[in-house]
Formats: sequence, structure tokens, C-alpha cells
Amino acid sequence: MRSEQRLLEMNGITKVFPGVVANDSIDFDVRYGEVHTLLGENGAGKSTLVKILFGLYQSDEGSIRLRGDPTEITSPSEAIAARIGMIHQHFMLVPTLTVAENVALGTASTRRPFTDLDLVSERVAEISRQHGLAVDPSVEVRRLAVGERQRVEIVKALYRDVELLVLDEPTAVLTPGEVDDLFVILRRMADSGHGLIFISHKLREVMSLSDRITVLQNGRVVGTTTPAETNREELAQMMVGRSVNLTPHKPKREPGEVRLEVASLTVQGDREGVSVDQIDLQVRSGEILGVAGVSGNGQRELAEAIAGLRSIEAGGSIRIDGIDVTNENVRARRDRGLGFISEERMKDGAIAEFTVAENLLLLEHGSKKFTKRGMFAFGAINQHCEKLVEDFAVKTPSIETPTSSLSGGNIQKVILARELSAKPKVLLACQPTRGVDIGATEYIHNLLIEQRDLGTAMLLISEDLDEVLGLADRIAVMYEGRIVGIVPTGEASRSRIGLMMAGVPEQEARNGP
Amino acid sequence: MSDFFTLSVLVATAASGIRLATPYLLASLGETVGQRSGVLNLGVDGVMLLSAFFSYWVVLETGNLWLAVLVGVIVGLVMGLLYGFITVVLNATQGISGIGIYIFGLGLSGLLFRRQVGTPKPVRRLPNVDIPVLSDIPHLGAALFQRNLLTYLAFLLVPATVLLLGRTTFGLNIRSVGENPGAADSLGVSVERTRFAAILIANSMAGLAGAALVLQLGIFQPNLTQGMGFIAVALVYFGAWRPVGVMSGALLYGLVNATVLQWKALGIIPVNGSDLAAMAPAVLTILALVILARRVSAPAALTRPFTRH
Repeated sequence: MRSEQRLLEMNGITKVFPGVVANDSIDFDVRYGEVHTLLGENGAGKSTLVKILFGLYQSDEGSIRLRGDPTEITSPSEAIAARIGMIHQHFMLVPTLTVAENVALGTASTRRPFTDLDLVSERVAEISRQHGLAVDPSVEVRRLAVGERQRVEIVKALYRDVELLVLDEPTAVLTPGEVDDLFVILRRMADSGHGLIFISHKLREVMSLSDRITVLQNGRVVGTTTPAETNREELAQMMVGRSVNLTPHKPKREPGEVRLEVASLTVQGDREGVSVDQIDLQVRSGEILGVAGVSGNGQRELAEAIAGLRSIEAGGSIRIDGIDVTNENVRARRDRGLGFISEERMKDGAIAEFTVAENLLLLEHGSKKFTKRGMFAFGAINQHCEKLVEDFAVKTPSIETPTSSLSGGNIQKVILARELSAKPKVLLACQPTRGVDIGATEYIHNLLIEQRDLGTAMLLISEDLDEVLGLADRIAVMYEGRIVGIVPTGEASRSRIGLMMAGVPEQEARNGP
Repeated sequence: MSDFFTLSVLVATAASGIRLATPYLLASLGETVGQRSGVLNLGVDGVMLLSAFFSYWVVLETGNLWLAVLVGVIVGLVMGLLYGFITVVLNATQGISGIGIYIFGLGLSGLLFRRQVGTPKPVRRLPNVDIPVLSDIPHLGAALFQRNLLTYLAFLLVPATVLLLGRTTFGLNIRSVGENPGAADSLGVSVERTRFAAILIANSMAGLAGAALVLQLGIFQPNLTQGMGFIAVALVYFGAWRPVGVMSGALLYGLVNATVLQWKALGIIPVNGSDLAAMAPAVLTILALVILARRVSAPAALTRPFTRH
């Protein structure tokens, strides 16, 4: 159901921060009853635009009209009063409070100064029923799973009677099944007259949910279209400014002998209980084994255990090229040919304050290639690093630039350059393109496939199902610390993997939902 | 030792313990409210010293006890305004600015005392007020219901604080601002105003604590508190940021203190070899903290200044 009157009009919005024009003369509008997606890479200006709408920033130029009337929004309270709601990428929930308390926060109570949580709970139950959003008002939010927390966020918005709802990357933490559920809810909301602004960079979802799509690049509107008039490749091109290959080209390869073997691996988590539960994996030379799963199911702990960053007192073994490395430290494992791309590049993969050259050097800094009697041989070092920067297309002003000034994609390339130039026999790659732009993602995917073709055995752990489906030869799905099943990619479908990601055993998943 | 375990001595010790607990309880309850909103106030001792001095001075000059109590609270309020400005407006590092307040209070109270009073002179003390009927209960009545009004107030403030935090909108704001100020801000709750109000409450109660301390003792001297304010902060952790837990901590502390004093009076421990005895309450509290170490978690945003980015 769509109407011609505009719920929201933003005209000529410009916002400048020191050194960057975040929004450049942006025109954007939302109709009643539509889902209008804001699509763009990191830094394209989507977050800035909606933060202006929500009163967290003020625009430098431009105007906003709500329901036809010019409006100024200078704080979140004013936005809420204007019936605008925002569901942030990182949930704005207080974990120690109950659902009802979280919903009531910031609203006026009928029994001032006392709270009226019983009435709030009733209303929450009503909204829950009306919109198919299952939530229990009396539960503390910290006990809720991610999908449930998101429902609480939506209930919060509906409780405040929002008419225009902004959703900032809502699907980042959901399984494919939960994404489908969410989209059903959003579609219902749109059909009942709400206007929805959906921010995402996931092309598949954007195509599935949107009524209209506006693409931003470098702070400007590149164009507005509809799913019927476009496709993922075109959208990617609009986002990046050049044509992008979304599915990496993966020639068929025959895998060789087993390089990495993990047997009955059991690892303690940071809290109570075991986060990796009796995992068996084998990765062969020349193959990519993808590990799919929603974050929080033990992937991080598995990677840390294999890398040597987490001890495995609870049981199991790890072998590289047949040699038992279970009790060896990180250095020893690396010397045996293990490369590691950690999931948090700025925390574990690179040292932010170090220069690009220093980070590139970081494994071999003691090697005879680069030192003379304990002192660095800068000539050899610089030559080596310049070559790496060139070979891996790292966009950096110089090799002396602090790594923190680089974009996420380029930092990732630095890490890859360092790891891959050591010619690893086994490569452990975790979320290699998380937070990385489409262009750099394309590049990194090609790099990884090239590496596979050179004979490296690769374990790819990723929450991005498209990435796993595109790169891996076989896919293992992790759920609650266990492998639910291992499927050759040729036989894997999104729905089947999605079910397994939610814990459905392989056999059942094979038979379909 | 057998002298100690006579009923009358035990009752007297209990009474003394409850009285001694009063300033700790007041200061600690206030600090709890402040900390639940995310603000650590290490300056409690300094505030207590300043309010103690001014309360004492008022009684010395006017003989009016209740005016003295009022002045004590006002001193706390003023210090609260100062700390609020430093913490909420200037976003200063809370631990360090708190110590600054402590040193300020310690120094100013000592200075003013020496210049305005000179040698300690005893003053009127808070009279005990017997609660009708309840104070006639054998033994228990003497211990619990023949205390002064500030003690009764302190214990009444425990359920009042529970109510405030758990059942009022303001309390909900405080709790959210202490755990996830970003979330509260996104819903239109003013983090600054909530924290400022919590700071005013915390410091006013510290002021009341200082008044209670000096008016129970009936005398002032420089550094009267001897670090009491810091113990009050520790009691917040002991009580896991819950008013009832804090009350148990204050009572434990008060009773141990009272027991030590009683043992000295009975000759069970030497009056002057008293350093070990002075340590006892603190050591016991630490032990209790260690033994009872449940996995309690502090308000997540404690000590972290909030800026909207």
C-alpha cells in the first residue's frame, strides 16, 4: 500500500566534518508505506544522514520536511516526539533491566514519579500480538538472544508510536532464518502505513526487501532505483564506481593431502562452559574449508585454539602436516607454516600505532634478511615493504604511514600481505572482509583463491554466508560449539545452510524446512 | 572475655554498633545512588569533614542541633554542585577529581577549625529518642529503639532508596544511565541531568553523614573521619550496589568497631596497643568481601564520562 504524499523529505542536506564532506547536497524522501533502502559502502554517508534525521547531528545546509511541514530536529527527544524511531546497529538496550523497563525508559509514566511497569507490560504484550513480535516483558534483556533483543528494539519503537522507522544494518547478527522473520515483520509494518528506512550493504537483502533503493557514494546520491529496475551487480557498481565481480571466479581444484587436522577439540570459553565441543576437521592442501555460523557459536575460540592463542586443556589435538602442535606456542606453529588472519584486525592483526612497514615486518623482524648484528637493515626492509605494498595494492601515502590511518580494507590487505608473503602451508582466515568495502572485498577474495590454488590449506571462518558460499569448497556449519554438518558447496543451498546455522542437524536440513 | 558475653554488655555493644554505623550508612547509601548512575565519588571523606566542621561550628555558636544538621546537608549540597560541575560538565577523570575533593575537604576543614575554634570544645550531642512501645521490648528495645533521630533516618533511608531506585522513573533513569548511557541518551533521557542529580543526592547524604558523625560524638578535631568516607565507598562494593547489602555492610562495620571499643573498655585488649585493634574492622570487611565474592558486577558505565558522538 503506497500513497503519494511524502512522509519525509530531506533536501540538499550537507554535513561537513573536519577533512571530509560526509553528506553532500543529499536529497532523500520516504513515502508512507514504503521500505526505502539507503545503500552504500562504509563512509558513504548513510549513518550521518540518518543521525541528522534523528537529531544526533545538525546539518550544515539543507532542510527537512515531515508530513509536508518544515521541521527542525535538534535532539533524539524531538525526533521521538515527531514519531521518528531508530533501531541502531548496536542495540541501545540496558542489559540489566527488563524488557518492560527498557521499553518504558524515557517515556512518561501515568503514575509519576513512580513507574507503571504493569501497564507498560500490558501494552508490550498487545504490540507483541499485533505485529507478531514475540517478547516477554518481564525478562532481563541480558538473558535474551540477539534476535529477541532486536524484537525488543522494534517493540520499543512501536510503543512510542513511530511512523518513520530507521533500521541501521539490522541483519548483521541474524541467521538467514531470522532475517526472513524480520523481513516479514517489516513488510507488515510498511503495509500498515509506516515508512521504513533500511540501511544495509548486503545486496541480496536489499533486493529482497526494498521498495526503492538510494545509493550513496562518498557523501553523494548516485541514484535512486527499484529492485525491478536493477540487479546486484549494478548496485555494486553504483556503490563503488566501477564494475565489480560479486562471485569470485573459482576454478575447480583437486585437493591434496591433509595439512591441518583438528580432532575432538574441546575448548573452554571465557564464561562458564565449553565453547568448542569435540570438533573434528580436516583441511587439505589446495582446498578452502569454510566454517559458517552466526557469531558467538564458538568460532572465535576455535580460531584462537588453532592459532595457539587459547589453551586446549579440555581435550583434543591439532596437527599441522601430521605433526602434533597441540602443546606448541604460536611462534612454533607459525614456524610450521601456519598463517593467521584474526577476526579483529585492529586488536589482534595489526598494531594501530605502528607504521605500515612495521606491521608488514612483524613476523620476520628478527630474520637475517632484515637485521645486521641486531640492528635493522632499513634498506632491505624498505625494499621488501614497498614491494609488498605494490603487490597487494595497498592504498597508503607511504610505508611510514601509521596503520590506523588506512581504511579497513587496506589494513586488511597489509595483514594479508604479511601473512601470505610468508607462504603459509595452512592459512586460518577469520572474517577476512568484515567491515571491508566491496572493492577491497573483491580483491581479497581473489587473493584467497589464488592462495588456495598455490596449494595452501585454508580454513575460512566467516559469518558472511555469501562469502563462505563463494569461496569455500566444503562448508562446515558451527552451532553452539559443535559442527552440525559438513557439506560440499555444490550441494549447499542458502536455506539448508541457514537451517544448520540455527542448529538443525544436517539430515533434517537436507529435507528442507 | 566472659565479661563481654553478659547480656547488658552485648546490648550496649549492639546499641553502640548501630550508632557507629549511622554515618557509614548515610554516606554509603548516597554513594550507592551516585555509583548506580555511573559516577564514582572518592571525595566522600572530604565532604564529610567539611560538613562535620560546619555542623560542629553551628552548634558551638548557636547551640541549635537541627540547624547544624541542616547546615551539614547544605555543605554536602554545595560540594555536590562543585563535584557535579567537575564530573558532568568538565568530564574529568572521576577517581582523581574525587581525591582532589578529599584533599580539599581535609585541608579546609582543618584550616577553618584551627582558625575559628582552635582547641576542641565539646558540644551538645544528638539526644536519644525512645520510640514508644518498641523501646520497651527487653534488650532489643534498648539496642534498636533508643537511638537518635539521625540513626532512625539513616535506616529509613534504606527502603526509601530501594523504592527510589526500583520504582520511580528517576530511579529507572539512574540505573540505565549507569549501565548504558548511550541507550538512555538515544531515548531522550538526559544523562547529564540524571548524573548531576545523583551526585547532588550522594553528596548531600555525605554531608548528612558528616553532621551525624560529629553530632553523635559531640566534638570535632582535624581529620575527624580518619578515612571513614573511603570505607563508605568500599561498603558500596560490599553491598553489591544494593541498599540492603550496603546496610548490612555498615552494620557489620559498626558492630565490629563497637566490639573493639567494648573490649578496650573491659580491658580485654590494651587501650593503647590499639593499632591492631583499629585495623580489625577494616581487615574483617576485606575478609568478608573476599569470602562473599560472588560475581557481582559494577554498573557498566561506572567512572566513564559520557559524550554523545
